[in-house]
Amino acid sequence: MDCVATGGNVKVLAKAIHSLSRIGEELYLEPVEDGLALRSVNSSRSAFACFLLSPLFFQRFQAPSDQSFRCKMPIKSVQAVFKSLASLDRSVEKCRIQLNSEKSRLTITLHCKHGLLKTHNLSFQDCESLQAVFDKDSCANVLQAQPRLMVDTVLHFPPSLEEVNLSVSSDRVWLRNHVEDDADSSRAMMTELCLSAEEFDHFAVSTQTSITFCLKELRGLLVFAESSGLPISMYFDEPGSPVILSVTDSVLEGNFVLATLSEESHPKNHVNSNTKCPDTEQPPDDFMSDDMDSFLIAMETSELPGPSHVPTSPPRLSNRKDNRKHSFSEEEQEEEALTEGPPNKKFCSLFFGSVLPTPSHMPNQTMQSQEVLASDSEDENEPQTS
Amino acid sequence: MKFRAKIIDVGCLNHFTRVVNTVSRLTKACVLRLTCDHLYFVLSGRVATGGVSMWCELSQVNFFDEFQLEGVSADANEIFLEVAPENFSRALKTAQNAKSVKIKLTKKTCPCLTLAAELPSLSSVSRVVTHDIPVDVIPRRLWHDFREPQMPDFDVSIYLPPLKTMKSVVDRMKNLSNYLVLEANLNGEMNLKIETDLVSVTTHFKELGNPPWGDDGSQSSSPTHRDPDLMAEARVDIKKLQQFLMGQQVNPSKAMCNIVHRRILHLIFLHEDVSLQYFIPAVE
Repeated sequence: MDCVATGGNVKVLAKAIHSLSRIGEELYLEPVEDGLALRSVNSSRSAFACFLLSPLFFQRFQAPSDQSFRCKMPIKSVQAVFKSLASLDRSVEKCRIQLNSEKSRLTITLHCKHGLLKTHNLSFQDCESLQAVFDKDSCANVLQAQPRLMVDTVLHFPPSLEEVNLSVSSDRVWLRNHVEDDADSSRAMMTELCLSAEEFDHFAVSTQTSITFCLKELRGLLVFAESSGLPISMYFDEPGSPVILSVTDSVLEGNFVLATLSEESHPKNHVNSNTKCPDTEQPPDDFMSDDMDSFLIAMETSELPGPSHVPTSPPRLSNRKDNRKHSFSEEEQEEEALTEGPPNKKFCSLFFGSVLPTPSHMPNQTMQSQEVLASDSEDENEPQTS
Repeated sequence: MKFRAKIIDVGCLNHFTRVVNTVSRLTKACVLRLTCDHLYFVLSGRVATGGVSMWCELSQVNFFDEFQLEGVSADANEIFLEVAPENFSRALKTAQNAKSVKIKLTKKTCPCLTLAAELPSLSSVSRVVTHDIPVDVIPRRLWHDFREPQMPDFDVSIYLPPLKTMKSVVDRMKNLSNYLVLEANLNGEMNLKIETDLVSVTTHFKELGNPPWGDDGSQSSSPTHRDPDLMAEARVDIKKLQQFLMGQQVNPSKAMCNIVHRRILHLIFLHEDVSLQYFIPAVE
């Protein structure tokens, strides 16, 4: 593999990596036929992000001879290559990413001014393809706004705020901080911002909805969008279905997919801004009930090709009904596997941070368990698709 | 009990925000006393706060365009609320360019001060941000705890040196000692002293001037009878003094302190529409 990014695109590449670092600890890199995919997922699988850089983004894009090459590496090491963003566009003329398969190293060379060459050799791990299953086109509600609007909106909330609730009606959008229903919450400060539909570039709301998701993980996208000036599109359905935020231009596409709180803990009628009583949430323990999947983004471990926004195959579309109950779904067997066993309980209870396993266990374990999901007791005789 | 107020002037809003920010730097919780003419942020000296007390008084007309209050009862037309000023600060922070800010006493799941700011937007419809700040209503029987402090019978009253200078001196002294002695006399001289086993440092200020309290001060001994060179001193916890100096966002038009020898350090900052008094007890 040999890709070369030049000029301003080096900074864009760096910014994409920085925004992915707000999601997870590892960067998944996979050249696909549509370009180079950079992905990340958080430890509780409740947030996933992907930047797809088309071949046109690069001055030169040569995919690896081995079609199924993909790797992951600690995102911090990649960030270290692109540190001091401010000086990147002043000093770096060209960035070259090459795969050194014999040594299992990814070589990133920064060609800087005055003939200076900075070469970084990063070791990587082989991994499964990380691909969240989602379908933007099937979402009932679509909003699009200039990044400035989103950034200004988020400013009203403290940086430490984890979860935020977004409600839409036919002509308004409300953003509120989400407060868990426990002893402290009734004394917490509640903030609500109300925006008119006119402030959005595009406002298509088919039903009044209210979804709750994690704001923290979004901030990376906001920073990226603001610096690139690209409008942000939001796709969402009812609570439980993931919310997808994306930025696109002719040479790149970024998608941030976040799981949302499921319906049981969410009253349907939520639009009167005068009634600001906190939602009657069920205590975290109830999150562990059968609707676990709504907290999980089903991760594909097979070699399904193509960027994520393309609806992959007809069977998936007809599973739309299932998608409503669970955030993403695959074959029935996988759902059962998901609802079984102690390890999965961690996934859902993790969403709002009530119980966090030690990070050291998570990345490898989830990848492994993802593989295992495809081969549970019912599938033992099937060939592994990963 | 009802309270509604509205600010529409940007300057007033900024000024009010600065006052709230100052208060939030001094204490995590305080009492907000509302009367028809004034707002007071009150912290009454308790063991928990190390005996420090604060009285911040604002004249309502100088800030609010509309101000309606219905107190607890007709003969006690006031409201006392316990509030975390930091929440108030946070709510005001993002409303600095608002077209209007309304503050109301409401009841959500608990009593709240609801702050609603109308913000400029890209469309014809304004953006509205609403903050519900939880408060505790203080019952009338406890109001006496939050009365205006009496002007102490001070020994010396003196204007403070420029805040910036005083703050940098105190900051450096804090690294060396936990306690600081502030002494001053009626000749306009003030010393800030620290003394430890290893080192003693004194910073001298001269020609600061003494406020002319005259006959209306509660001083029992008039200035002429006190030896102008005689120092009155108070040894205080340096962190408390530093906290007070750090919190000031605006240079006050008048800054002075009254010293009750070995008892209390009483700091007074006056600024147009706001007066702030801070009492730090002396320690041995």
